[in-house]
Amino acid sequence: MVSVNNNGASSALIQVRGLNKTYRRAGEQIQVLQGLNLDVDKGDFVAFMGPSGSGKTTLLNLLGGLDVPTAGTISVAGDEITHMSASKLTDWRARHVGFIFQMYNLIPVLTAYQNVELPLLLTKLSKAERRSHVETALAIVNLADRMDHYPRQLSGGQEQRVTIARAIVSDPTFLLCDEPTGDLDRKSADEIMALIEELVGKHGKTVLMVTHDPVVAARAHSTLHLEKGVLVEASKTRPSVMAGGVA
Amino acid sequence: MKFNRFILANLFRKKVRLLLTLGSFAVALFLFAFLAVVRGAFIGNAELASANRLVTINRTSIINLIPLSYMDKIEGIPGVKYVTHNNWFGGIYQDEKNFFPQFVIDPDTQRQVFPELVVPDDQWTNFLKDRQGAIAGAKTAKRFGWKIGDRIPIKTTLYGGGAWEFNLDGIYHGTRPQDDETQFWFQWDYFEEKIPERVKGQIGWYVIRIDKPDDAPRIAKAIDAQFDNSPNETKTEAESAFAANWVKQFGNIQFLIVSIGAVVFFTLLLVTGNTMAISVRERTSELAVLKAIGFSDRRILFFVIAESLVIALFGGLLGLGLAIAAMPVLQVGLSSVLPNLVLPGSVLVLGLAVAVVVGIASGLLPGIGAMRMRVVNGLRRV
Repeated sequence: MVSVNNNGASSALIQVRGLNKTYRRAGEQIQVLQGLNLDVDKGDFVAFMGPSGSGKTTLLNLLGGLDVPTAGTISVAGDEITHMSASKLTDWRARHVGFIFQMYNLIPVLTAYQNVELPLLLTKLSKAERRSHVETALAIVNLADRMDHYPRQLSGGQEQRVTIARAIVSDPTFLLCDEPTGDLDRKSADEIMALIEELVGKHGKTVLMVTHDPVVAARAHSTLHLEKGVLVEASKTRPSVMAGGVA
Repeated sequence: MKFNRFILANLFRKKVRLLLTLGSFAVALFLFAFLAVVRGAFIGNAELASANRLVTINRTSIINLIPLSYMDKIEGIPGVKYVTHNNWFGGIYQDEKNFFPQFVIDPDTQRQVFPELVVPDDQWTNFLKDRQGAIAGAKTAKRFGWKIGDRIPIKTTLYGGGAWEFNLDGIYHGTRPQDDETQFWFQWDYFEEKIPERVKGQIGWYVIRIDKPDDAPRIAKAIDAQFDNSPNETKTEAESAFAANWVKQFGNIQFLIVSIGAVVFFTLLLVTGNTMAISVRERTSELAVLKAIGFSDRRILFFVIAESLVIALFGGLLGLGLAIAAMPVLQVGLSSVLPNLVLPGSVLVLGLAVAVVVGIASGLLPGIGAMRMRVVNGLRRV
């Protein structure tokens, strides 16, 4: 279950406590996130919504170890990542996080196969083992027959499938999706969401997703709203569920 | 090894840019090899000079002659092993453009003083018996297609009398690649017979072979002391110093060549560094994604440097290959100006080393920039 109220101990896969993020811009302090608490269990599928500038992507970056908070802690499967060195955090990301971006971010000079293989190049797997993993990942996203195609030879939906295959190929602890359907038409978006649902339902993946689209968000198990740096559950009205009791 | 494909794929991303950068390296390394060869041709004699040879010239200038009678006195100085003498003939073979140095030699001592220039014994014997005999260096003989037995007319520019006729009795070879194989030797007796009375008994310079190189300063001083206050005072110095002074007549060739080379490589560094910087900047978001999925900062730096290094190596090899291929053409084309054009292996190795250094240096700054880039900033550029 997803919770935004717990600020004590829990057994959740992802535990966020008192998370703050402040940027300094033109000499002014801008507080993007204000004392967030969040618990996400294994197998949860959580959507984050909110207006532009509400801190959705900042939260995703912090959860993925791409950025460091101003205060607070993030623990994933028992690893407290907020105090890791940059190099340890890089290793941690390689093992625990699969990223799916809005603009796919594939390497244009590599084939679908080679793009999916990239995270495995950092492991000690043999060439044959890597091949097996890549083929499995591409089969899950239904692109086994496109593995030798370059990104420019694929449709937007297919490119996003390759991105998903790259995200799952190393079997990470959880997936972070930043507007995964934001650049797709409705039909392709539906296919991608069906695929993400399958990853959660059939393969037991934990997925945290940022989206602007209520239709897409509705397919998640839970939807959380970020407003002015504070998390609220979508189904509840704001004043009574301010995140973690932090005003 | 497993990253090779990734590095190569990135290299071929912009083929025109790759070709132009490779071309920059190739041209620079070709120029490097050419300048090194020219430098070698100018100062090679100084580097090749024997440590146990001295040269004695007229103190006023090398164009002033000195008496042949000095020979006995020089031979009598302790530590002197052999003494030979030469004159500059300055003749023209067929056309002024066909320059090669012609020396009047003393057949009795030439081979003892210059043992590295080898003439087969049978050819040397024929030469000694033939008053009009001549020995040519292998390169000059090849250049003009001369064969032993050929009659060679050389027009004198210094001594009058039109063309002098010579019989080619032998061809000498150097024992080292850089040895000068362009000279033309003929006998003192024939020379003295034909020159005007006013210059008879006068030689251009002495070359002295000594027992121990360490004795060179003492012997040089002793030779010059012998002829102090005479009408023809002498100046004796080590062969290397003599050769170096000879080169100085052309100006500071070494400085000129090194300066040009430095400018070429500095420009190459700027060009390649700029190319790599643009290439990295274009890929900011891709590099950010690589970092996001677990590629370390050091690995990102390695990728950028590896790319510029591969360009440098292939461009460098291409340029040096072109230089090797062009050498025969250059040797023929420049034979009258620089007869001793040789491309030694050390120049190729040095050229490749310089290319590697430029390759690493040009990838270093963009690579460090990519290494330090924050992932979230890189991803914002998507």
